[in-house]
Amino acid sequence: MGPPNRVLTALRGLILTIGCAAVILPFLAVVSTSLATQEEVTANGGFVLLVREPTLASYQAILSGGVVTRALVISIIVTVAGTLLSLACTIGLAYSLSRPGSLGSRPILLAVLFTMLFSPGMIPMYLVVKQLGLLDNLLALILPVLINAFNVIVMREFFLDIPGELMESARIDGANDLTILARIVLPLSKAVISVIGLFYAVGYWNAFFNAMLYISSPEKWPLQLVLRTYVVNETPMGVDQVSAGSDSLPPQLSIQMAILVISIIPILLVYPFLQKHFTKGLMIGAVKG
Amino acid sequence: MRKGSSPAATTRRARRPGQALARWRRDRLLLLLAAPGVLVVLLFHYLPLLGNVIAFKGYLPFLTIAESPWVGWDNFQVIFSGDPLFVNALTNTLIITLIQVLFVFPLPLALALLLNEVISERLKRIVQSVLYMPHFMSWVIVVALFQQIVGNAGMVNTLLREHDMATFSIIGVPELFEVLITSQVIWKDTGWGTIIFLAAISRVDTSLYEAAAMDGAGALRRIWHVTLPAIRSVFVLLLILRLGDALTVGFEQIILQQGAVGATASEVLDTYVYNHGIVGGNWGQAAAVGLTKGVISVLLVLGANKLAHKFGERGVYHK
Repeated sequence: MGPPNRVLTALRGLILTIGCAAVILPFLAVVSTSLATQEEVTANGGFVLLVREPTLASYQAILSGGVVTRALVISIIVTVAGTLLSLACTIGLAYSLSRPGSLGSRPILLAVLFTMLFSPGMIPMYLVVKQLGLLDNLLALILPVLINAFNVIVMREFFLDIPGELMESARIDGANDLTILARIVLPLSKAVISVIGLFYAVGYWNAFFNAMLYISSPEKWPLQLVLRTYVVNETPMGVDQVSAGSDSLPPQLSIQMAILVISIIPILLVYPFLQKHFTKGLMIGAVKG
Repeated sequence: MRKGSSPAATTRRARRPGQALARWRRDRLLLLLAAPGVLVVLLFHYLPLLGNVIAFKGYLPFLTIAESPWVGWDNFQVIFSGDPLFVNALTNTLIITLIQVLFVFPLPLALALLLNEVISERLKRIVQSVLYMPHFMSWVIVVALFQQIVGNAGMVNTLLREHDMATFSIIGVPELFEVLITSQVIWKDTGWGTIIFLAAISRVDTSLYEAAAMDGAGALRRIWHVTLPAIRSVFVLLLILRLGDALTVGFEQIILQQGAVGATASEVLDTYVYNHGIVGGNWGQAAAVGLTKGVISVLLVLGANKLAHKFGERGVYHK
């Protein structure tokens, strides 16, 4: 290789540093402000980049009952239940479609693939959810997005790569399809199942639009709707919305930032696991196109 | 990739009833496993597709779809007669698509080229981890972060004010709405978009770089003559697929920020359907616009795919 070009190297370092700072600094500011006291917020004229006397008062205020606590519980329930149901249906469908020559597998596969091409449209979707009686029901946040065709295809590809001899010998020993799935396929597919599960989970956790569309009672709001109302639209939170345990509420800004942090933390927790695998998963999709 | 991976390749059609019965007996467990997924696909993908008949009906919420009267193409009049609100939504959609194809689309490639030149694997992985992260944040979080950082009362303006410098406003200004949402898209997805380019770059034969270096090519010339030609087909493919998606621009992102700038600046086709149908109660008209958009989108995707295949077969893109 030729001698490295100093100017180019410096420029590259500069651009990448700015890029990383543009991601990290907002998060840092949000976390710091959520831990700040009223004095510190006032002294800084608003935002705090590095907090000197951190306090958990904002978190105590929103997590000991009230709107945010309820929304957090609802988001956790929807995410856990949704992910488990999605995984069960995706595994069943992908496994059935991965067995060579199984009855009806070709039309089913085409039907699943075809859903990637079109979206049925917001109005008919809303009317179907309405006619099924799911309006203002948390199931409306799960059932319409239960199956993601892309995930079914990725999982099916993975199942197809499991050597057929393993399953044939099990079948000769008298195992049926269910036993083969439970004893051979699932143990060999832990990686792909956990990655697809995490992608489903992130989807459920982040879902905003379906909640806005289908959930009308505020007491059924998931966290993203609470975020929109109290952080994006900056509706002030009073003692009705947060715990009235203390005499004075923490600064409004700190409360908003604490809600934001709470909705970000679960994503940050699963992010390292996601990151380890998603390049591979994405590549399968990319090559299959 | 795998040849003949489709199950049909190994299927022999059941010709006699006895065979069909035997297959049913053999595969009924598999069908049972697939049933819940198939049911969901039918209920929430195909049934709504049929529900698009509402575009030809005068739907009233207290009637079912079947009971509502047929009105022919009446609901499509907003499109055919060029209703100003619809035209505004269509224009905004196309402008945003154009801006994003020009200014957002090439950025992941540029960033991937930069990342690829980072020699330390460890450093590269750390930078990648940081840059991919915003992709996993919901739009509500991204919009909230932008408000808090660059909003009128946000962090940057607070700092500027403290130092007696001029402040700026980008949030809540109708003229700058496209700039705002474009910078949000850049922040959220540029890092994530590099993955596919980095994968393509990693497949380039390293001996080509060595040969180029022997011939005296510097870093820029190596990128120009080796890297770029090698990933051209991926770039073209992604570009064409993006164009196939031309009528879809960030719905959640826009609906969250519509209040501050008003509909004239921010209405796009998807928000038009939401605001006129679900909020405004013009169910049939909104469904007609949604259906038209859906049909054109499918045609664009199919056309784009066909075009991509053409480019793929030749493996060259014409300058």
